[in-house]
Amino acid sequence: MDPAAAGVEFIGTGADPTRSSTLPEEFLKRTFSLISSEKDRSSVSLVCKDWYNAERLSRRHVTIRNCYSVSPEMVAARFPAIRSVTLKGKPRFSDFNLVPDGWGADVQSWLNVFATAYPFLEELRLKRMAVTDESLEFIALNFDGFKALSLLSCDGFSTLGLEAIATHCKNLTELDIQENGIDDLGGDWLSYFPENLTSLEVLNFSTLTSEVSFDDLESLVSRCKSLRVLKVNQKINLHQLQKLLVLAPQLTELGTGTFMEELVSGSVNDLENTFSKCGNMHTLSGFWDATLLHLPVIYPVCGNLTFLNLSYANIGDVELEQILSRSKQLIRLWVVDTVGDKGLEAVGSHCQLLEELRVFPVDPFDQQIGVTESGLLAVSIGCPKLHYILYFCQRMTNAAVITVAQNCPDFTHFRLCIMSPHEPDYLTNEPMDEAFGAIVKTCTNLRRLSVSGLLTDLAFEYVGKYAKNLETLSVAFAGTSDMGMEYVMRGCPKLKRVEIRDCPFGDSALLSGLTQYESMRSLWMSDCNLTMNGCKKLAEEMGRLNVEVIKDKDDDVSLASKVYVYRTVAGPRKDAPHFVVTL
Amino acid sequence: MDHQKRSTLDLFNTDLATELRLGLPGSTNDQPEIKSNLSGNKRTSSESGSSICTDENDSTFSPPMKEQVVGWPPVRSYRKNILQEKKPTCETGSGMYVKVSMDGAPYLRKMDLKIYKSYEELIEGLQEMFKCIIGLYSEKEGYNGSQHVPTYEDKDGDWMLVGDVPWNMFISSCKRLRIMKSCEATGLGTYCV
Repeated sequence: MDPAAAGVEFIGTGADPTRSSTLPEEFLKRTFSLISSEKDRSSVSLVCKDWYNAERLSRRHVTIRNCYSVSPEMVAARFPAIRSVTLKGKPRFSDFNLVPDGWGADVQSWLNVFATAYPFLEELRLKRMAVTDESLEFIALNFDGFKALSLLSCDGFSTLGLEAIATHCKNLTELDIQENGIDDLGGDWLSYFPENLTSLEVLNFSTLTSEVSFDDLESLVSRCKSLRVLKVNQKINLHQLQKLLVLAPQLTELGTGTFMEELVSGSVNDLENTFSKCGNMHTLSGFWDATLLHLPVIYPVCGNLTFLNLSYANIGDVELEQILSRSKQLIRLWVVDTVGDKGLEAVGSHCQLLEELRVFPVDPFDQQIGVTESGLLAVSIGCPKLHYILYFCQRMTNAAVITVAQNCPDFTHFRLCIMSPHEPDYLTNEPMDEAFGAIVKTCTNLRRLSVSGLLTDLAFEYVGKYAKNLETLSVAFAGTSDMGMEYVMRGCPKLKRVEIRDCPFGDSALLSGLTQYESMRSLWMSDCNLTMNGCKKLAEEMGRLNVEVIKDKDDDVSLASKVYVYRTVAGPRKDAPHFVVTL
Repeated sequence: MDHQKRSTLDLFNTDLATELRLGLPGSTNDQPEIKSNLSGNKRTSSESGSSICTDENDSTFSPPMKEQVVGWPPVRSYRKNILQEKKPTCETGSGMYVKVSMDGAPYLRKMDLKIYKSYEELIEGLQEMFKCIIGLYSEKEGYNGSQHVPTYEDKDGDWMLVGDVPWNMFISSCKRLRIMKSCEATGLGTYCV
């Protein structure tokens, strides 16, 4: 348990009263300032009161994984010297439209406290927070030395807010805007970076949709000599990419623009040549509309690539093979299922060092087969170091997954998404229980699991019995009775985050986790069989949990169709909208 | 066969992307109602406590069609929107328009595939639109004997003979149509999907 996340005050056992001397605080602080790992810092803070104090005074970075688990005042009181904050808000299922607008996670209440407590704040990384243009302007105006802003999966702001950041943050080193629900009102924002701003090291606007002024971008890239990460959006074409790369061959990470372009062959050679000068490049992404016509320009850097993100390129196996045969150092690979099983065979045969593979569906609603169990098998055979998989498919078999588990016993993250709810093993028509059973039995280091397909309580019995290191569990359209959830809640001691939707788990399942919830970060249950009474009971038994029900006006009043339970030391939310009821 | 002429000044009909057109036969819109979330399929409130669902048949648990389940599969909105933008055919509620070209014709046409329920109807519509004869499809011979051969570009960018795959599969993968002159199409009938 991370005390920083829970904001739990440590009540120390104190120093040994017979000892006459303790280590001087200054010594402790200096030593602890060398510790960056939050887990280590957590452990350090639990040793004794002196260490707790030295740790909290020397801490520069804090991660708050649930913005409602602690109040900003508490954080500021405990950690006075923070320069960098990571803050996460909404439950993960908000990414899939399961959380209504206006739910909360507004960053402004945090910013108000930070403005006084941390005037020297340098970095802010927000995930699933509600961020307005006013908040962005607030950041730009209130933190003189502000350096790094990262917004991932946030919503509520527009490019106007980015204008404010560009205008006022004189020392900006990082601007990373990814996959947010924003109003892209136009590309002028980039032009607001002043001529004398040369500090930029990371610029990622790949998911913004409108065109930016290329001249201003070119000038920015040219004068920021320390730029190492540049990810442009789809509106930048290959000609323009060429110009940018010539100015910044030192880049370590590049996100290209569109590859759809009629380049004359001379230009293709130029671009390939330019890439050959990028000796530090280890990460590539972008590739919108890439085809074999122009993909070869990247061949000169393939040999050094460790992370290749082709998840916006609907390429087939032929293109993928061409790239992978030159990319033997790959550690992480993201592709679209247009590559098919054949493409995954190419992964298996070329990428011996691969540790992470993500296969996204080109069309989540298409009936056409993208990748199947044989692609997954091929990868498991060829990539023995694989420990992270995210795999979207239409069909799967128990036998294949069992074999995959044997081939790759080191899985830490196993996220399998069979896209039709309740889909059985397509060969035997049986539930997929044995598949996930094999995974949890064999992969003893498993920390994250997403299950799918037709599953009975047996699958969960396996999880509860074997997945002793499991921290994150995602379940949808699975299980046959309350027992399913009970097996998990009683069997998995290290659970941190559980998210469940559309499962037949009722109040008794919810209450079976009573002893777990305080050591967990959060529980989400939607469209299960929970009632208001059950949730009230939970709230009554556990005082330090917030049990929140998101009411839908179409709901029966006795039902609790969306429930979010999380530990907190900040009490019930003060900013809950009318449709969020804290019990 | 109805031909509907719509005036550009007709302000009361805003569903169609094209304002002035010679309508294709039978081009009225009737869309099935799409349930936007799962709440329509929720278990009844009379169930309390644990409910046992059998694998086979559970009327309160009938799996909804993929398209109708909110937030499933779990793909982030950004990625989903990108896919929507990429689809060259507009699959909004008001029709599925694809470009249709005919070799030798000076300009292309646009056709709403949603109004057809079968290949027969589609071929008839094409013949009407371009005043040509396409004839009948056979698995072995394609459209042998006719001067014009209907082909389509599929999702992978390949040009395929119209008629080989089941209608539904064709509908979901057809990006555009091209009526080739049969002299150019030799060899196309022997394509394997």
